[in-house]
Amino acid sequence: MGLLDQKFESSNVVITTMDDLLNWARLSSLWQMQFGLACCAIEMMAASASNFDMMRFGVIPRATPRQCDVMIVSGTVTLKMASRIKRLYDQMSEPRYVISMGSCSNCGGPYWEHGYHVLKGVDRVIPVDVYVPGCPPRPEALIEGLIKLQEKIRNESLVQKKAV
Amino acid sequence: MTETTETIKTSTGRVLRTEEMVVNMGPQHPSTHGVLRLEVVLDGEIVVDVIPHMGYLHRCFEKHCEHMTSYQQVVPYVDRMDYVASMTNEMAYAVAAEKLLKIEVPERVHYIRIIMSELQRIASHLIAIGTFGIDMGAFTPFLYYFRDRERILELFEMTCGARLLYNYIWIGGLSHDLPPGFIEKTREFITDFKKTLKEVNDLLNYNEIFIKRTANVGVLPKDLAINYACSGPMLRGSGVSWDLRRDDPYTLYDRFEWDVIVGKGEMGTVGDVWDRNMVRQREMWESLRIIEQALASLPEGDVQKAIPKRIRPVPGDAYGRVEGPRGELGFYIVAEDSVTPYRIKARAPAFVNLSVINEISKGAMLADLVAIIGSIDIVLGEVDR
Repeated sequence: MGLLDQKFESSNVVITTMDDLLNWARLSSLWQMQFGLACCAIEMMAASASNFDMMRFGVIPRATPRQCDVMIVSGTVTLKMASRIKRLYDQMSEPRYVISMGSCSNCGGPYWEHGYHVLKGVDRVIPVDVYVPGCPPRPEALIEGLIKLQEKIRNESLVQKKAV
Repeated sequence: MTETTETIKTSTGRVLRTEEMVVNMGPQHPSTHGVLRLEVVLDGEIVVDVIPHMGYLHRCFEKHCEHMTSYQQVVPYVDRMDYVASMTNEMAYAVAAEKLLKIEVPERVHYIRIIMSELQRIASHLIAIGTFGIDMGAFTPFLYYFRDRERILELFEMTCGARLLYNYIWIGGLSHDLPPGFIEKTREFITDFKKTLKEVNDLLNYNEIFIKRTANVGVLPKDLAINYACSGPMLRGSGVSWDLRRDDPYTLYDRFEWDVIVGKGEMGTVGDVWDRNMVRQREMWESLRIIEQALASLPEGDVQKAIPKRIRPVPGDAYGRVEGPRGELGFYIVAEDSVTPYRIKARAPAFVNLSVINEISKGAMLADLVAIIGSIDIVLGEVDR
């Protein structure tokens, strides 16, 4: 996460207010990486086109990983592509989030059994925040995944998590 | 590294040399339409060589077919090959399998298949032209076209429940008959869509900036297109009148009246990027004509009558091909005495069309390479399979 994140041991009124401000800013402008892999990319395009209009959630596609907050892994991740995805993820600046869209990137999907070259889930190379099931998920499902990610960001805090 | 012909001297008499440079384009690039990687050799900004690297989306379609437990199970994988035009893929597989099994399909099935694949052709061309517009810096056509594409997807959804990957055309029939209200909704769509087509045609294709970016760029001469076995809008854009729907009618296409669109070089040379784009634009009108005729003469019948319960063909082989939105899409099926295919080979038009990229982009500017890739209209799922 960012520079301030999880640097404080206990919470107080300043920190919670700061939390609210940072989280609000982060969740309202999740810039997305314009990066399609396979079939799901077409649904991702549809989600950002006229009828579903993901831009109303502040999701603007950007072509470079440096400007992005969220990476939507949309499609089958082959072993050849996995190292590239890892590199792209590393190039993103923190705080960064990942939505895994579709069965293929969740777990290998229809290529799970015989796909000798398909990565069985993108979470084997990068950490995933939200999984969107479906083959391919409808644009509404992707938008729901996005809202789930926003909820997750809303509950983030600068305070260190205590071991229970 | 090779020397260029021109040598430049500084004021002190030193000779300056330019060197060629290798630029890597992709696999993550907004205009490579997926995960294509191009190794581009540049002399300044002039393209010297383009070497496409593929395999980032290889999903071993052909290997999967051999592992299935029946012929019917292949259909969902066929969908995922060219995910922009799933209906045509299913149609090609069904045509090949029916040829192998010698199944006679009811007329209604043929008509519905034609309606579906023409709707799919429009949907695919809408994506092609819309994203091509984005590559050229025009965002508006994309929004207009996606709005209308959603209406085609609605039609598909009310028929078979899926938006993108349908599993609708089965061997010997269809998974569902047309739902009530489909015909009226399709007619409504056609009426509305004609307005959009005309509007966007004026907005995009006759835009001065667009013409400057596309005319005389990436010229593919007639003989080169034939030698490289290009097909679809790529071939027709170069002025070759070849369309499988007319020249090798596979279902009942010979019953309808429509024209094969060819590029004429209106804005520049025959076979340039503008021509290829325009062939797609005009083909949508022809598809609408076919759909209108098919809807008017749709026969009655049971769409699931000819579906075989268990498929175990006589050993042999068959090749079935259809005219997909990208060109000749064919499946070659080799059958042995078993319930699974021994081997399925897919002839993917996008793969064949992509092979010509090195020839047509030599001497172009790097920015024009984006236009050329966009005009080839590749789908990486089909290129890599």
